[in-house]
Amino acid sequence: MDATQFCSKTRNPFTGHESDAVNVRVDNLTKRYGSLTVLKNVTFNVIPGEIFVMMGPSGSGKSVLLRHIAGLDFPTSGTVTVDGKDPTLESTRESIRVALVFQAGALFNSLSVYDNLALYPREQRSGDEAAIRQKVMHALKILSVEGAANQFPSELSGGMKKRVSIARALVMEPQLLLYDEPTSELDPVMSATISEIIATLKNEYSVTSVVVTHDRALALTISDRVGILMAGKLITLGTPDELKKSQDPRIIDFLNPTIDVNHPRFKKLETTETS
Amino acid sequence: MKQINAVLEGVGSAVQLLLRSLSYAGTLPRQWARFIEQCYMIGYTTLPIVSILSFFIGTVLALEAGYSLQDFGAKEYIGSLVGLSMARELGPMMTAVLLAGRVGSAITAELASMTVYQEIDALTTMNIPAPKILVLPRLAAVLVMMPVLIIISNIVGWFGGAVVARYVSYVGISSEAYFVALRHFTKFKDVINGMEKAEVFGFVVVLVCCSIGLNTRGGPREIGASVTRAVVVSLILILVLDYFVTKVLM
Repeated sequence: MDATQFCSKTRNPFTGHESDAVNVRVDNLTKRYGSLTVLKNVTFNVIPGEIFVMMGPSGSGKSVLLRHIAGLDFPTSGTVTVDGKDPTLESTRESIRVALVFQAGALFNSLSVYDNLALYPREQRSGDEAAIRQKVMHALKILSVEGAANQFPSELSGGMKKRVSIARALVMEPQLLLYDEPTSELDPVMSATISEIIATLKNEYSVTSVVVTHDRALALTISDRVGILMAGKLITLGTPDELKKSQDPRIIDFLNPTIDVNHPRFKKLETTETS
Repeated sequence: MKQINAVLEGVGSAVQLLLRSLSYAGTLPRQWARFIEQCYMIGYTTLPIVSILSFFIGTVLALEAGYSLQDFGAKEYIGSLVGLSMARELGPMMTAVLLAGRVGSAITAELASMTVYQEIDALTTMNIPAPKILVLPRLAAVLVMMPVLIIISNIVGWFGGAVVARYVSYVGISSEAYFVALRHFTKFKDVINGMEKAEVFGFVVVLVCCSIGLNTRGGPREIGASVTRAVVVSLILILVLDYFVTKVLM
């Protein structure tokens, strides 16, 4: 696949620079916690500027995979690289800006929304206080949460926390933007809004986005490619259209689950386990 | 074996945290606001309880000394006993114990909560190392504030002893006699030795509490467990270090 096909715009409105989106390579990644194997030989790559969505049932290892890409966890075997570099190294964090939107927001509870966003530019000394204010307010405005600037995270609703969390990531002018369940615990309209925001950011900022989600609508609507992880294994990888046409019963069941009260799934599971 | 491993692991991670924090020492001037905030937390907010405790330690010392020494006709030496005890031992140790209970527990609770709720992970992805902004300013602040707390603790403790010496009937010596004895036997070196002890205690307490907080895994229950562990480990370390530091300073 050609990398340029995903980069619809080549300039970042924050920096004015040409897009510096990065690629991600995951090679034979295996992760074990004691006797539990969470990821089994997972291999894929993410092209600069693309929206890559990883779907899968709860407990399939999606968030663990994302933590490896963010450099927060070490592989048991295999490698993860971001732009060819090991993401766990401090030198990589200094040279590549990777932002992670956490499932629960992970906003700094003792800081106001404004200070949450201003922390990164202040620490990196990217401009004076006036420039930082402008940058922070711009990010809050993009996410329509500028009114919450002086509030504390505990005073925000779930949807606002998610948006503030995305705004905080944006202030970093990331080259790689990672989202962990960005639409979980949100109402359908807010989920759609967050999906639109992710797509808009990709179009306007040309960042590489990796999204981990259960949200079928998000995955099939805004992604360039989708992977499905089941029990730690990557069972498929393709475009949303390819996925929709898949004849694999596991994928069909995952993407279009039917509710059959006469033959419930948990009964089938019980039968399988006892036999 | 498991316990020994846990202890070694704890020591290892505390040393590692110390080295990482010190590697950011050059950033301290830019963290002036955080440093002042920590000075306020460690020094100013601890001052009232340190003063109350020191006052009553001074009074009890004077009471006990007066009761014991009256039989020997040596009540004039109460000042020396209170002065030396406060300066060399009780001031530094009791201040460190209070620091562990009041400040150390708060540090562990804050850092453990930040770890459990992924705020530390968020800092890591933002390339803002936790040892730089959360540990270094605290270590610097405790080094600055401990001597201040010790000076105040000593003065208040000595004053408490003087009040008892003057107003309790069976002690009944003048304030002048009390302070003459105190000045005669309590040297400047004794006060400095006490401060050095306090510096060691305070530094270790803050480092241990930061390390335990940042190594917390799990949920809210583990935050509470970490706070308890941090205070218990700090108290044990204060007592153990007290012996060795005293021996070195003798």
